[in-house]
Amino acid sequence: MSREPLLKFTERGIYCSAANVYLDPWKPVDKALITHGHADHSRWGNKKYITHLDNLPIIKHRLGEINASGVNYDESFNINGVTFSFHPAGHIPGSSQIRVEHKGEVWVFTGDYKTENDGISVPYEPIRCNTFITECTFGLPAFKWRDQKDVMHDINIWCSQNNEEGKTSVLFAYSLGKAQRLIKHLDTSQMKIYCHGAVFKMTEVLKELINFPDFNLITRETKKEELIGNIVIAPPSAHGSSWMRKLVPYATASASGWMTFRGARRRRAIDKGFVLSDHCDWDGLLSSIEATRCENVITTHGYQEIFARYLREEKGLNAISERTQYEGENLNEQEDLSTNTSNT
Amino acid sequence: MKQFAELIRTIDGTNKTNLKVQALTEYFKNAPEQDKLWTIAILSHRRPKRPVNTTQLREWATEISGIPSWLFEESYHIVGDLAETIALILPSSNNSTDKSLSTVIEELIELRKKTDDEKKAYLKENWLGLNYYERFVFNKIMTGGFRIGVSQKLMTRALSNATNIDKDILAHKLMGSWTGENTTYNELIFEDNEVARRGKPYPFYLAYAIEGNIEDLGDVSQWSAEHKWDGIRSQTILRSNEIFIWSRGEELVTDKYPEFQSFLKYIPNGTVIDGEILPYKNGEILNFNDLQTRIGRKTIGKKLLQDVPVVIVAYDLLEWQGKDIRNLPFEERRALLDQLVLDTRTKASIQEPDSDFPLLLSETMSFSTWDEMGEERALSRKRKSEGLMIKHKKSPYQVGRKKGDWWKWKTDPYSIDAVLTYAMRGHGRRANLFTDYTFALWDNGELVTFAKAYSGLTDAEFRKVDAWIKKNTLERFGPVRSVTPHHVFEIAFEGIAPSKRHKSGVATRFPRILRWRHDKTIDQANTIEDLKALIPKEGDLI
Repeated sequence: MSREPLLKFTERGIYCSAANVYLDPWKPVDKALITHGHADHSRWGNKKYITHLDNLPIIKHRLGEINASGVNYDESFNINGVTFSFHPAGHIPGSSQIRVEHKGEVWVFTGDYKTENDGISVPYEPIRCNTFITECTFGLPAFKWRDQKDVMHDINIWCSQNNEEGKTSVLFAYSLGKAQRLIKHLDTSQMKIYCHGAVFKMTEVLKELINFPDFNLITRETKKEELIGNIVIAPPSAHGSSWMRKLVPYATASASGWMTFRGARRRRAIDKGFVLSDHCDWDGLLSSIEATRCENVITTHGYQEIFARYLREEKGLNAISERTQYEGENLNEQEDLSTNTSNT
Repeated sequence: MKQFAELIRTIDGTNKTNLKVQALTEYFKNAPEQDKLWTIAILSHRRPKRPVNTTQLREWATEISGIPSWLFEESYHIVGDLAETIALILPSSNNSTDKSLSTVIEELIELRKKTDDEKKAYLKENWLGLNYYERFVFNKIMTGGFRIGVSQKLMTRALSNATNIDKDILAHKLMGSWTGENTTYNELIFEDNEVARRGKPYPFYLAYAIEGNIEDLGDVSQWSAEHKWDGIRSQTILRSNEIFIWSRGEELVTDKYPEFQSFLKYIPNGTVIDGEILPYKNGEILNFNDLQTRIGRKTIGKKLLQDVPVVIVAYDLLEWQGKDIRNLPFEERRALLDQLVLDTRTKASIQEPDSDFPLLLSETMSFSTWDEMGEERALSRKRKSEGLMIKHKKSPYQVGRKKGDWWKWKTDPYSIDAVLTYAMRGHGRRANLFTDYTFALWDNGELVTFAKAYSGLTDAEFRKVDAWIKKNTLERFGPVRSVTPHHVFEIAFEGIAPSKRHKSGVATRFPRILRWRHDKTIDQANTIEDLKALIPKEGDLI
């Protein structure tokens, strides 16, 4: 193994020296392959972006005028003799894993991923590889997800209870991914969906790809009365802001993997926490790793040291951890709204 | 159990006090009597003794989950709550139980007598037979401390709604040494008899810190001031030729302070005194640290009694000649108390001229201006007090923490600039956040630990420090991380004394973070020398 590794963790990001490209770099580079549209994976300032076709409108919406091109899933392309291809990651619409093959060696970088079919993203597919670079945001056995349909059932019941009590249901969710997942599966037979500006604009972008039930933008003109008893989807940063005043009386909830912890919900002063994540749970991580039949695992963002140790000691894998600047499903939910916020 | 788990889930699921009270009220109206009793017992920290220790709980949960024990421990550090960790890592289940809360508790009480194998089998059966939330509640009943934001006060309010009994009367009924095993709901709440009343303390009246300007309290002549002594707030009950001493934490501590048995000889039955237990020798108050050596001990040896004798400094009289006098004005209660202490000391000095009777009076002071009172407050440190207590002369003795009639006017705390060196994850609502910090001061070019603190920052500041710690960890020692010395915090504390047990040679009392000194670099932090200079000198004493 004296040969230079195919992918290296550098100051700027995950680097393929053979092709001179970076994967989800955290500092500006010449050529960046991008797994998905969340801010910590697709940063501003790269000269060239290559990503999945469905992710193009998303990153253009977020980053403005950029030089970007799109590829299909399973479509390989060659840079300096290195073969790259994008494969579904199931994380959010347009999200990919990136497969890198060079001289018979295959590496896969997962970006963020989940194994459950969420109904809006192309479902995750395991890719055979030698070295698997996996996120592990929820890499602890304490994290076990229930089926989406059960969680959505609970959310819908909660919303209709609030409706009966004359309260508006305010659901906090990332404006890209989680928000659309909720909109897609909320029961709109009795209630209407209203959106914060950031959520509305992103959902408008994704409307081209996915069929959604009707959703409305809350504007200055929106009357307080028309919101009562309905459902509002807002980014976590809206919690406690003056924007919320129009929604009174309301009950608040957050949909996130972190809602597993009672402390995380209480810290945020939210009425209700629903455990719904766009990342793998413990079993999802383990089954994915097994399905890739990899020999080497590199764990990144999350409980990477703990997870790598488990893989080494209990699964006999050659596992190490690397530090990155990805934030996973950020516990503090300080979503960067600077590029897509709106005052409405 | 289902009903109780649902109650806990509802309370835990809201931040609104009214909804919590509403849920509790409904529960107290509808639950079976025996379940109500146990609910009150659990929420007032009277859970039955745990049938298994936490080591066993961890071991068995780890085994059933099929994970290595180090992974359980790592998970526990992150989740920050043992009951929750166990409920989360066990295999998922959608089962539920029909057993009542009191049945489960009776089983847990029975379990104490069983062998380890039987205990393990019982736990396994119940863990796998319960859903996540019931499991969590089941574990909490064993490990104690539901941190769900239900204070005794809130529970009493709900119980009052459900029973139509005045909440102050209920607060009194819920005090004392009853347990779920030795009483019934009916007896506890509705019956009123001499036997039940015998050793029962009154709820303590607690004060808030003064807000704004002291002058806003109005006419200074209406207020009485006394020093706020730094010991253990206590209630001494003399009834039916027995003495009971309760701490503010509702712990019966009579046996820890045998010197007070002599009260029985001189103080009449039907007397209840509110006062402070202080370590006191040769006419001087000792350090709180000295008292600490007595608090921890189960048995109090002769030497300890000689080294750290204690006294009660009396603040108030709550019961006199068998009558509850809490509604008399403060100045009248105090007149009775002053006379009582004087008479008692006189009687004792005649009978036992050589011994120091361990009952003193907390002297009340009147001032003609607020400035004069301020001057007395400035002397608090020298008098070994924490500041002043200001009480309205007409005030009744109220229940719990109330604003208006009594105020704390504490001295400004000591403070020193220290460097953050270690961090640990918090518990409860701070789970998975690094919020428990260790601070160090310079000593000949080295940083020496001097205090731990985990309060005083805002949630937003804690998040910032947490994020920084996660990126700047040097080493991990189990749950503890050492971090690059970089941040300076101003640490406040109430008291300071030399100590052999502390590495720095100094013990501080109630250290907490005053502010984050973004403006300071670590070389501008204080030294151990600076800290030691704050220790009051003998010559300062009056």
